[in-house]
Amino acid sequence: MRLDRVHTRRLPLAAAVLLTGLVLAACSDPLSTIEPKSDATQTVQNVYVIVFWLAAVVFVGVLGATLILSIWFRERPGRVASQFHGNTRLEIVWTLLPVVILVAIFIPTATAIVDLEPDPDDLPPGTVHVEAIGHQWWFEFRYPDLGIVTANEMHVPVDRPVYVTLRSEDVIHSFWIPQLVGKVDMVPGRENAVIFTPNEARDEAYLGQCVEFCGTSHANMRFRVFVDGQADFDAWVEAQLAPPVAAETLSELAQEGAALFQNPILALGVTPCVGCHTVKGTPAVGLIGPDLTHVASRSTLFAGIRDGFASSEDPERVQRELERWISDPDDIKPGVTVRENGMPAWGEHLTSEQITALVAYLRELQ
Amino acid sequence: MATAAGTLAAPAVQAPSGIWAWLTTVDHKRIGTLYGVSGMVFFVVAGIEALLIRSQLAVPNGEVVDADLFNALFSMHALTMIFLGVMPLGAAFFNWLVPLMIGARDVAFPRLNALSYWIFLSGALMLNASWLLGGAPDTGWFAYAPLTENTYSTGRSMDFYTVSLIILGTSSLIASLNFIVTIINLRAPGMTMFRLPVFVWMTMIVAWLLVLSLPVLTVGLIQLYFDRNFTTNFFIPDGGGDPVLWQHIFWIFGHPEVYVLILPAMGIVSEVLPTFSRKPLFGYGAVVFAGISIAILGFAVWSHHMFTTGLGPVPRVVFSATTMTIAVPTGVKIFNWLGTLYGGSIRFTTAMYFAVGFIATFTVGGISGVMHASPPIDTQQQDTYFIVAHLHYVLFGGAIMGIFAGVYYWFPKFTGRFLSEGMGKLHFWLFFIGLNVTFFPMHFLGVSGMPRRIYTYDAGLGWETWNFVATLGAFTIAAGMAVFLWNFFRSMREEPSAPDNPWDAPTLEWATSSPPPEHDFDVVPVVRARDPVWYDRDHGIAPPEPDPHEHIHLPPPSYYPLLIGVGFTLIGIGALSHLALVALGAVVVIYGIWGWTLEPTGAEPAAGGH
Repeated sequence: MRLDRVHTRRLPLAAAVLLTGLVLAACSDPLSTIEPKSDATQTVQNVYVIVFWLAAVVFVGVLGATLILSIWFRERPGRVASQFHGNTRLEIVWTLLPVVILVAIFIPTATAIVDLEPDPDDLPPGTVHVEAIGHQWWFEFRYPDLGIVTANEMHVPVDRPVYVTLRSEDVIHSFWIPQLVGKVDMVPGRENAVIFTPNEARDEAYLGQCVEFCGTSHANMRFRVFVDGQADFDAWVEAQLAPPVAAETLSELAQEGAALFQNPILALGVTPCVGCHTVKGTPAVGLIGPDLTHVASRSTLFAGIRDGFASSEDPERVQRELERWISDPDDIKPGVTVRENGMPAWGEHLTSEQITALVAYLRELQ
Repeated sequence: MATAAGTLAAPAVQAPSGIWAWLTTVDHKRIGTLYGVSGMVFFVVAGIEALLIRSQLAVPNGEVVDADLFNALFSMHALTMIFLGVMPLGAAFFNWLVPLMIGARDVAFPRLNALSYWIFLSGALMLNASWLLGGAPDTGWFAYAPLTENTYSTGRSMDFYTVSLIILGTSSLIASLNFIVTIINLRAPGMTMFRLPVFVWMTMIVAWLLVLSLPVLTVGLIQLYFDRNFTTNFFIPDGGGDPVLWQHIFWIFGHPEVYVLILPAMGIVSEVLPTFSRKPLFGYGAVVFAGISIAILGFAVWSHHMFTTGLGPVPRVVFSATTMTIAVPTGVKIFNWLGTLYGGSIRFTTAMYFAVGFIATFTVGGISGVMHASPPIDTQQQDTYFIVAHLHYVLFGGAIMGIFAGVYYWFPKFTGRFLSEGMGKLHFWLFFIGLNVTFFPMHFLGVSGMPRRIYTYDAGLGWETWNFVATLGAFTIAAGMAVFLWNFFRSMREEPSAPDNPWDAPTLEWATSSPPPEHDFDVVPVVRARDPVWYDRDHGIAPPEPDPHEHIHLPPPSYYPLLIGVGFTLIGIGALSHLALVALGAVVVIYGIWGWTLEPTGAEPAAGGH
């Protein structure tokens, strides 16, 4: 009984701790869903705040009532249960009360649904158009107006609307950048779209990831978004449009690697590098795997799961990981070799010297 | 058996024991026990799968299992919990209780009842056989196309999925029709529809949900099977099919399925709360109609699982509205349970702990459900751990807590023995604390953006602490289950000591002995009020005297249900291997049906040679 009293008194405190915990838990986490950095996520947040507090009231009310009734009406000497079957007035009240709460949630919900819906025929001026294409297990990003093709890394200018059309080459994936835009699925045979205007340029990347289960390495399908100031964005565009390093300026080892990369019959019965990958300005024009024209300029490798040459403080480590990847990609991202059109495990076909040369080449594709 | 059935001098002992008696039983109580034991076994199996999942995720970059095994584990955890754990546990209560609660001596079709169990067992074993025969399904229980098609799911795992779910669905369909007919036709005199215990109402609603939703799933499963084995293109975009069609089909089944899992628990709680509050259920009519409303609305909300699929703003608005509407009848139920506590003299037995715990934890799941009923919010919560938290509050905090309330409540009726209250309360606290420690932090993980169904995650995303805490919680739940199992086996070794009505409960099952005789009631009771046992007690109505000349007609045991179940198994194995086995299985099924129709049902007392 003493214990019960303590519990009752502590209830508001416990509820407060719980709620602040929920709010604070996600703050400053890179994938936080409640730190909006775009108009789209802010719209969601505005609805969320309303719903959260209404939910909090119901939570405290119902759980508090359960606890108090359980303690108050527990068996004790002299208590006799009152025999009654119900109360119509109460039934009406507690049917209508939720209705009122739900209407309070539904109206901002419906408004937000309409606000968030992109209208492809009436995009705001200055919109940057990106095509995002899901693959098992990486993201391809194309900028049709700019002629850029890249992978697992998007750059967008701050304060300009970004219109992203979403497609899939194989199974269903889902496109999500928690701080910038809520998730929408990438469905094969369909085209979806999102629109958002990022409002905070920063050096640190916004993290994105696939959130529809898409097979073995679903967990390893991530991407990064850089929201740049207009000047930085323009510089990035220019760098992406530049042709890759000229063959004659490559180091000797990289030239050896380039030759391997471009060899159409690298190993008997195995699709060579050029069968799947593109490096612009070279014979490599494959369309199955990621475009590697500027692979060394990217901040991550293997779809956001390892640092890339551009971001790592230890390029030798990146070199080793990339060698490991080419040798046996399943070791880093399970399922890659066995999926349809998967990456071969080149360790079975090439010497480690050859793989080192290949990586030396890729490393110079700035 | 025929000799015993002829008179009321029936011995108190149950029908013959031994394996053959169990294999040929058509007694609803024994079938209920079979369902219950099977459900508990698979509940433990799925729990072990959950522990492996939580072990893998306890720390970043965990290395307990690899990616493919992890994907199979979370898929099989869901399939096993839903189809082989919670559903058969619900069926155990339906079987045991419906005839007793309505004053009947068995279900309407006892042999069909046995058949549905044997088909269930066949499907359950087949689904789990996939672990040994080429890999368990690993595309999630929802099995979104085209990941499930041949191109992306090589091997047999998805065929095990389609075939065993078709078999399991057949079992549920048979059982559902049986219970609908039983409840409508076999009620004792005076047991009007609005005197039915709420649990029986919930049983009938669940049965209707299954009858209406399972055929949809079966169609989808057959389409998927054809896509994989006969090169059709129902869900393959390159062939003109549509993967989103699968999602519609699956969730038109899948959402009512959620209510199939939770309504039995709601029914159980609606029985336990009045008994231990020592007063009638508050707002019986409201609770029943709320259940019916939930079931009807349950068919109008499936697309809320697809808010991020890209259906366009109009469906999002409409399905958001219908989904939120379900909160109204759900709220009505919760408020009526609270109204039942109000004014009571509450006896806190273990069953009551679980029932009150159910109200609290189920409410949490209901509230978070309303949050992602709002599609904009859902774009930030769908497929994150927030949803994992939500669904486990509904299914563990709701369905499982309700089921254990029922286990402790009816255990004396089922077995004639009591479970230890001390160990029961320990079990409750381990479950209650464990489930909150496991699942509440998952809200935080979801808000921090952790996706579902990832086998690995990096450090530095703010997910380490709560993942570790959740894993500790999962093992706390496992400890609770260990306490329960110990309690169970300890109790089963004791001599039966339970009186007919140990809890002073109001419903008819307490008007017969514990455990009940094979024929349930010596005299079919006459029902005069909604809480018949309390009414008779308060009005001094003595139990009626048995009529020594009455012939109690009980169906004799039959092995044909088992035989037909074996036939179904052969058809299933054939669908996974060679068509010749399908033909053989069909012959066995047809032979079984033939024998079944010609089998004497024991309708003529003289035929027994008494």
